[in-house]
Amino acid sequence: MRVSVSWLREYVDLPADLPTGDLEQALVDLGIEVESVVDLAASVTGQLVVGEVREIEELTGFKKPIRFCRVDVGAANGTGEPQEIVCGARNFAVGDRVVVILPGGVLPGGFAIGARKTYGHNSAGMICSAKELGVSDDHSGIIVLGPDVTAKPGDDARPVVGLDDVVLDLEVTPDRGYALSLRGLARELSHAIDVPLRDPALAPAPGGTQTPAYPVEVRDTVGCDRFTARLVRGVDPTAPTPSWMRQRLVTAGIRSISLPVDITNYVMLELGQPMHAFDADRIVGSLVVRRAEAGEKLTTLDGVTRVLTADDMVICDAGLDSALGGQGDGVPISLAAVMGGETSEVVAGTTTVLFEAAHWDPAMVGRTARRHKLFSEAAKRWERGVDPAVALVALERAVRLLTEHGGGTPSAEILDIDHVRPRTPISLPADLPTRRVGVEYPPARVVALLERVGCTVAQGADRLSEDPGAVGVASGVGTVLSVTPPTWRPDLTDPADLVEEVVRLDGYDRVPSVLPTAPPGRGLTPRQRRRRAVAGSLAERGYVEVLAHPFVSPELADQLGLPADDPRRPAVRLANPLSEEEPLLRTTLLGPLLGILKRNLGRGHRDLALYEIGAVFHPRVGAGSPPAMGVDRRPTDEEFAAADAVVPAQPVHVAVVLAGDLDPAGWWGPGRPAGWADAIEAARDVLAAAGIPDERVEVRAAEYAPWHPGRCAELLVDGSVVGHAGELHPLVVAALELPRRTSAMELNLDTLPSTPVTPAPTVSGFPPALIDVALVVDDSVPAEQVRRALEAGAGELLEDVRLFDVYSGAQLGEGRRSLAYKLTFRAPDRTLTVEEAVAARDAAVAVAAERLGATLRGA
Amino acid sequence: MRECPYAMSYRNDPYDPKQVALLDPTALAEAVADATKAFEAAADPDALTALRSVHLGDRSPVSLARREIGALPPAAKSDAGKRVNEARRAIESAYAERAEVVEREQAERVLVEERVDVTLPYDRRPRGARHPLSTLMESISDLFVGMGYEVAEGPEVDLEWVNFDALNIPADHPARGLMDTFHIAPEGSGLVLRTHTSTVQTRTMLSRKPPIYVIVPGRVYRTDEIDATHSPVFHQAEGLVVDKGITMAHLRGTLDHFARAMFGPEAKTRWRPHYFPFTEPSAEFDVWFPEHRDGPQWVEWGGCGMVNPRVLRACGVDPEVYSGFAFGMGIDRTLMVRHGVSDIRHLFEGDVRFSRALGTGA
Repeated sequence: MRVSVSWLREYVDLPADLPTGDLEQALVDLGIEVESVVDLAASVTGQLVVGEVREIEELTGFKKPIRFCRVDVGAANGTGEPQEIVCGARNFAVGDRVVVILPGGVLPGGFAIGARKTYGHNSAGMICSAKELGVSDDHSGIIVLGPDVTAKPGDDARPVVGLDDVVLDLEVTPDRGYALSLRGLARELSHAIDVPLRDPALAPAPGGTQTPAYPVEVRDTVGCDRFTARLVRGVDPTAPTPSWMRQRLVTAGIRSISLPVDITNYVMLELGQPMHAFDADRIVGSLVVRRAEAGEKLTTLDGVTRVLTADDMVICDAGLDSALGGQGDGVPISLAAVMGGETSEVVAGTTTVLFEAAHWDPAMVGRTARRHKLFSEAAKRWERGVDPAVALVALERAVRLLTEHGGGTPSAEILDIDHVRPRTPISLPADLPTRRVGVEYPPARVVALLERVGCTVAQGADRLSEDPGAVGVASGVGTVLSVTPPTWRPDLTDPADLVEEVVRLDGYDRVPSVLPTAPPGRGLTPRQRRRRAVAGSLAERGYVEVLAHPFVSPELADQLGLPADDPRRPAVRLANPLSEEEPLLRTTLLGPLLGILKRNLGRGHRDLALYEIGAVFHPRVGAGSPPAMGVDRRPTDEEFAAADAVVPAQPVHVAVVLAGDLDPAGWWGPGRPAGWADAIEAARDVLAAAGIPDERVEVRAAEYAPWHPGRCAELLVDGSVVGHAGELHPLVVAALELPRRTSAMELNLDTLPSTPVTPAPTVSGFPPALIDVALVVDDSVPAEQVRRALEAGAGELLEDVRLFDVYSGAQLGEGRRSLAYKLTFRAPDRTLTVEEAVAARDAAVAVAAERLGATLRGA
Repeated sequence: MRECPYAMSYRNDPYDPKQVALLDPTALAEAVADATKAFEAAADPDALTALRSVHLGDRSPVSLARREIGALPPAAKSDAGKRVNEARRAIESAYAERAEVVEREQAERVLVEERVDVTLPYDRRPRGARHPLSTLMESISDLFVGMGYEVAEGPEVDLEWVNFDALNIPADHPARGLMDTFHIAPEGSGLVLRTHTSTVQTRTMLSRKPPIYVIVPGRVYRTDEIDATHSPVFHQAEGLVVDKGITMAHLRGTLDHFARAMFGPEAKTRWRPHYFPFTEPSAEFDVWFPEHRDGPQWVEWGGCGMVNPRVLRACGVDPEVYSGFAFGMGIDRTLMVRHGVSDIRHLFEGDVRFSRALGTGA
């Protein structure tokens, strides 16, 4: 909300010398965010003076008509002679008073004014429009001062055009609708600066009359618990909005439309009561306030025809025949509380104005505003809470403003249909603020502060003894206050709300700093420690961690070549994605991660090893909607479990992608391209870092998208697949435009079993016996199986098996290869003899021969 | 090297020292002098080793002289033996002295010869890196774990009830509209991408009994278009304490400690009243950061307050017995302020230069 300080001063006696910074701090301390403070006087520098036009010479022969003017600026220009100024506007005449900026001045936006020759004449200064001065968007002509302005030529023009003011742009939190008005802001400032408030809502206003000002029937008193209205007849339709009012509306960001409409907006800003002005002559019958029929239509003031729902409230003209409603339902002419309709709006010829000031259900207004995407100034206030007690004052204020500036006669009758229910008091233990805040607030202080915000405070002990259950406060805890919040504070409903008022007015800066003592904690969970270990090990291995956005396109599944029945195809879909192209949440880390790989490639990085640890999302297909749960009690475990079962599974995965060289070339020699084996190594590293012992890990060939069917491994822990690694499928590489041989790994960290305490190995101090064996096997025999066979055959003396060479060549025969292993034997209690070692080796080879048909090379 | 001028003598009986020239003191002294001189001339260990056999070997003068001792009459043997031994020791010590010198010289020469250009760039194993947001989340977690807190987690797609209703944000509340929520299709799914880590408040209170001291670092989502200061994905850390007798003073003490840990010992906090549906009273808090890129200043840091009793009730905690505080702050923002990052997009674009530069400390 944008508001000028001069307007605020009408209701609160701010000290004349109050520095702007102090005012800003006071607002911040009250919880009102100050977006900006603009000192308008400083926005135009140099001499900005009132001038009187003495002569106008019309210049012709240019593309547009130009005027050469002589303007009396008094003594402001130092000579007393009229100032010669060339002007392109035409909305003024000799004798008019205008606003002149003299050479040396600077307009908003850094526009410096000088004396220069233009259109064949010397022009020294400029006659200004409102837009040029930054006071409004009006650029239809220069400012011509009205007869109500008394300033003489040469006087400072700033006060005349409202440039002597300070404008505050304030952000009000959604609980405090009352602060969206001058009345509310003035009240807050009166607390902060401790100066008197002149509450405009205390102005006298006549009550409703027996005979209504206009026949109105309110059929839904929940949606509309108050409806007041009054007629003004014989209004001068040509009467303009006074400039001061227009100025304040413009400052607040509200366009000036017509006097009656401007008045409703002005009163809304002043008192916080949104209003509506109907042209009574354009209403046929009586008014009916009701819920809309689903499908009813209404063209609102913005020219949009809106289809209504049964939740919207409407004001209807009962004199029109309803197509959808029943007998006497009328036709909607206003979308209640949000926006008026075209057919009944005040127009150029309106002479009979019906002002309406009502009170609507905030939740209903919020739903209607969101449904129709109509976040009007009125809707914003309704949603945040409007004082139901101020309607008649607002009505009176509007009627007086209209008759004063537009003439006409107000009706003697005033309509007031009032179903507002009085507020129930809140029981507040007097020591609750002290207990919650940690500052000692004596009960008298609590009462004083609450009364200051407008609460009525009574000692509630009597009330408690009558019915302790109804007020819900444990008895016997000392003084209990019975606090009735003011009508303009619908946000104060709970004791905690009152505690906030106490600490807010007393000052948040008075709260001391005390560290609580937590009970001894258990540190990180094994799962959290594991994730850190995995992340650290990949970083140590040269991988760079990235955090990708999880949004992916529906095409990604095809690009990755996922089969039709792949469980990674069903994805969680956003109802309102930022980009329609990426409405899904990732089911694999690889899509977004490969996107980041490409971005890096595009930025000139060639050799890349990236990783990410993050959640993937798998919808619970067919889970339906969660059961409704209230908030007045904890849901039972069964209720919550049923709701929780709808939440998508979100396991944490780890993935790496590799492209280019893993070991770069350099002065030391050639580089080594990253490939399938590095991806598998990364997977094994992750499992090791996660604490899974090697003997529980199995690697075997697999065919799994998006990997190359001949270069993909699946990794198993205790026989269960936990992930895949290898080179990406050439078609995937092509579809995603990745470098050839791009490799990747992805594991589901959440499926890894927890790791028990690892038993310590026997570390023998005796020397090892090293024996190499080269085994010839069929190409199709995986090395992993050979290793396992050797291990199985070698027995307990085997300490390590290391494959150090793979060879295939003509002399081995087609489809055969040789695998050379270094076997390390060692005994825990003695130095092995050659015979023992050879026997163990022979046993190992025998098992490999038996299981896999392996033969010793050269044998 | 010169030939030994003396031939082996035969048994010399009766004693005549003149006949056993090799045992002559002068000859022995000459042998010592010759050897010492030869050793001094040896330039390296190899040359010196070669001289060893000449001067101390079987055919060296001292060795030959020793053999002649047997030819002497018994009365002369002792003296001669002593002389020979002394000469031998002198040569050996000269050898050892020289050996030490040439070996040292050799070692020094090798060091000079083996000199390399250590400024050759050796980046054969490119450095990896953690993401700075990850390390920052971990250091925040560690700080609170050190205070006895536990690190709590929850799903990123969560129930609307958990994200909103239980946190006192009813369906028609304007605060829900302000959250810019990603909703999960279809309509009525009851699911959202969590808009704040406060979801874990709900889940923690549902699953544990007080006292509760948890810190919740995590990823959250809002429908903000991407620009220099907005990202639809960002990170928060949320603290929740529910215990008997918890006050706003405890909240301030905790935030002050947190601020000093993140922004240095001179950091301090200040509060501004604010509105959050799930806390009452509520505040936004700023931190004074002396090392800000643009000079010492207050920086908006997060929101906090006393857990709204309505939230406690919805989560099964008795507000008559327990009270609590909660606070939350943007991790991305903390990182950006601390390190002077001007554009939030750097955090999510994944350029390896960014993680490499920042991903090792935090």
